[in-house]
Amino acid sequence: MRIVVVSERCISCEVCIASCPFSAIEMRDDKAFITEGCQFCRACMSVCPAGAIIEKAEEGDAKPAADLSAYSGVWVFAEQRDSKIAGVAYELLGAGGRLAKERGTYLAAVLFGSTEENARDLIKWGADKVYLCTDPILEKFNDEPYSQALALLIEQYKPEIVLAGATPVGRSFIPRVAARLRTGLTADCTFLEIDKESGNLLQVRPAFGGNIMATILCPNHRPQIATVRPRVMKRAEPDESRQGEIINLNLTSLASRTKVLDTVKEASECMLNLQEAEVIVAGGRGMADSKGFKMLEELAELLGGAVGASRAAVDEGWVSYSHQVGQTGKTVCPKIYIACGISGAVQHMVGMQSSDMIIAVNKNPEAPIFNVATYGIVGDVKEIVPLMIKQLKEAVQS
Amino acid sequence: MRIMVFVKQVPDTAEVRINPETNTLVREGVPSIMNPYDVHALEAALQIRDQKGGNVVVVTMGPPQAEEMLRESVSMGADEVFLVSDRAFAGADTWATSYALYKAAEKIGFDIILCGKQAIDGDTAQVGPETAEFLDIPHISYIRKIEEVGESSIKVQRLMDDGYDVVESSLPVLLTVVKEINTPRLPSLKGKMAAKKAVINRLDLDALGGKEIEANVGLKGSPTQVRNIFAPECQVQKRELNGTVEDQVAALIQDLRRIRCA
Ligand SMILES: Cc1cc2nc3c(=O)[nH]c(=O)nc-3n(C[C@H](O)[C@H](O)[C@H](O)COP(=O)(O)OP(=O)(O)OC[C@H]3O[C@@H](n4cnc5c(N)ncnc54)[C@H](O)[C@@H]3O)c2cc1C
Ligand SMILES: Nc1ncnc2c1ncn2[C@@H]1O[C@H](COP(=O)(O)O)[C@@H](O)[C@H]1O
Repeated sequence: MRIVVVSERCISCEVCIASCPFSAIEMRDDKAFITEGCQFCRACMSVCPAGAIIEKAEEGDAKPAADLSAYSGVWVFAEQRDSKIAGVAYELLGAGGRLAKERGTYLAAVLFGSTEENARDLIKWGADKVYLCTDPILEKFNDEPYSQALALLIEQYKPEIVLAGATPVGRSFIPRVAARLRTGLTADCTFLEIDKESGNLLQVRPAFGGNIMATILCPNHRPQIATVRPRVMKRAEPDESRQGEIINLNLTSLASRTKVLDTVKEASECMLNLQEAEVIVAGGRGMADSKGFKMLEELAELLGGAVGASRAAVDEGWVSYSHQVGQTGKTVCPKIYIACGISGAVQHMVGMQSSDMIIAVNKNPEAPIFNVATYGIVGDVKEIVPLMIKQLKEAVQS
Repeated sequence: MRIMVFVKQVPDTAEVRINPETNTLVREGVPSIMNPYDVHALEAALQIRDQKGGNVVVVTMGPPQAEEMLRESVSMGADEVFLVSDRAFAGADTWATSYALYKAAEKIGFDIILCGKQAIDGDTAQVGPETAEFLDIPHISYIRKIEEVGESSIKVQRLMDDGYDVVESSLPVLLTVVKEINTPRLPSLKGKMAAKKAVINRLDLDALGGKEIEANVGLKGSPTQVRNIFAPECQVQKRELNGTVEDQVAALIQDLRRIRCA
């Protein structure tokens, strides 16, 4: 398949040239021409006012690799560490349940190196079935046995969709599974939906440092696999009375050439707190110094929350990296996110914009953070934050 | 020891902005750079070589202009550079990219492969692990420290959400590195001279297998497709705050307390 310009229809407006994220369109003989740099994102097709840009089939285009209808079911890989199930697994059960319903199929969880008790917990949270493998080689995370085991299960039971958390574990071993099964994998998705027409999974994810969103499809291969960012999908409600099936698996031939010699915990309290916190008070370059962050700490404490930061503040050394929110920091989803002296760069916003309520304090009324804020206060943080602290204290006392 | 590094040329996404009127990327004047994580991978490779002896071999798949970046890697100290480039490789997703890199790595030969954690244009972090699977070698992701390189094994620290794991692997192995691993060196004067004269080894479709691998590379070999791209949007229900700053803060605090107590 190729994207081509029908030159008779091209009106030489050059709109497509500006729309191409890959600089792959140029003018030749006064008509738009798509060069080898084309990545087939179709951005140009949607902006062309003359409908002159089309998809053209070519000999050798990909066709369905196998009988796609042989695949059914939505699977969630339920990651555990020290036999504690990662929070993202519950979020995936919420999202996966929605997808399974739309596809009229079942929802299953896959649990490695863990217990029946944890498997039953996953049923409460929405799984119809749990594939449980208690082999001790899967207790600690190693890429090879994890990918061998998951690929074996997928080959045997043929799910159509597989979701895993975009965590250090999921993002490391799931690619091996996709490579082995010769199927597509979309990293770090923030939104999933079934395409009404084709039944394919539409996978939305940020690209170009969060500057654009892309919808990715895997039309001709199964399963469709995605890793999903923690803290963006909503959990379903647990139901103590839910029943489900636990399928105990005995996989032989799992082997690992890597070995975990030691596990060192060094996450500071705050790092864990940050993702669990219901209130986050975050500061940016506008806080001016580490004294500014002392103020935020006081405010956070009054609200029973944690302190977050923009990368600019972390780079300045006012607060440590474990507080950073955004593309290269943590993704958070508190009830209340208070952004003080943060401009609202896309890389920051991807990490916090699904918060229930955003409050922005910034002296520049044009700052982009106000676009996502429920409440905005235009003013100096050095004045507003102490005022908030003072009024909160008074309110608590009265 | 033959230490291979995978590097990718990417647009500097820090410079990319979106035009709010047309919802398209503004790329004017956006420079192409060596993927920042890959610079750290290259530095890690150079350090292993400086300690243990051997060769640092840099490999990239990309369009002809990626040659520029390969020369930059020579200026930092790389010994050999390879450009995997062919029209047939264009439009590759991570599966098809990894497949081509696997064929190239197999042909060139290696003991260790180092990659960046992720490339900043796509941020997928998939090419390293997928290539390792094709090569049937182990891999370890998110390396923040290389503790020991032995004759047939390696010991590293893998960054996790709540700390780190100390992991040992047999060789050959593929490692992906995070920025904390080192501070990359600057090109030396001698390096810059060498960069000018460096031989760029080229591998095209025929060199990697020709017709036999055609269905596995480029757009044809890619299971995923980009259906469309769009600007991030958000809908928020704005609530007004009026009066003096004191009044605004008072109204806000009242609402905050309502939410916190609810
Ligand atoms: C690949 C990549 C990844 C990135 N990842 C992240 C990430 O994970 N997280 C992140 O946060 N950033 C990230 N960034 C950086 C991001 O692009 C921005 O540079 C950063 O978020 C800006 O931080 P800031 O808003 O604190 O600073 P600025 O943009 O400098 O904004 C400071 C704001 O404070 C306001 N201000 C100044 N003084 C006062 C005052 N006295 N009172 C009130 N307001 C005041 C100003 O009006 C301004 O709006 C990333 C960038 C790239 C390229
Ligand atoms: N086209 C490429 N050529 C060489 N190396 C690549 C290429 N694409 C990705 N890589 C390597 O794989 C890592 C992860 O890339 P990605 O999966 O695109 O995020 C990068 O940091 C590089 O080391």
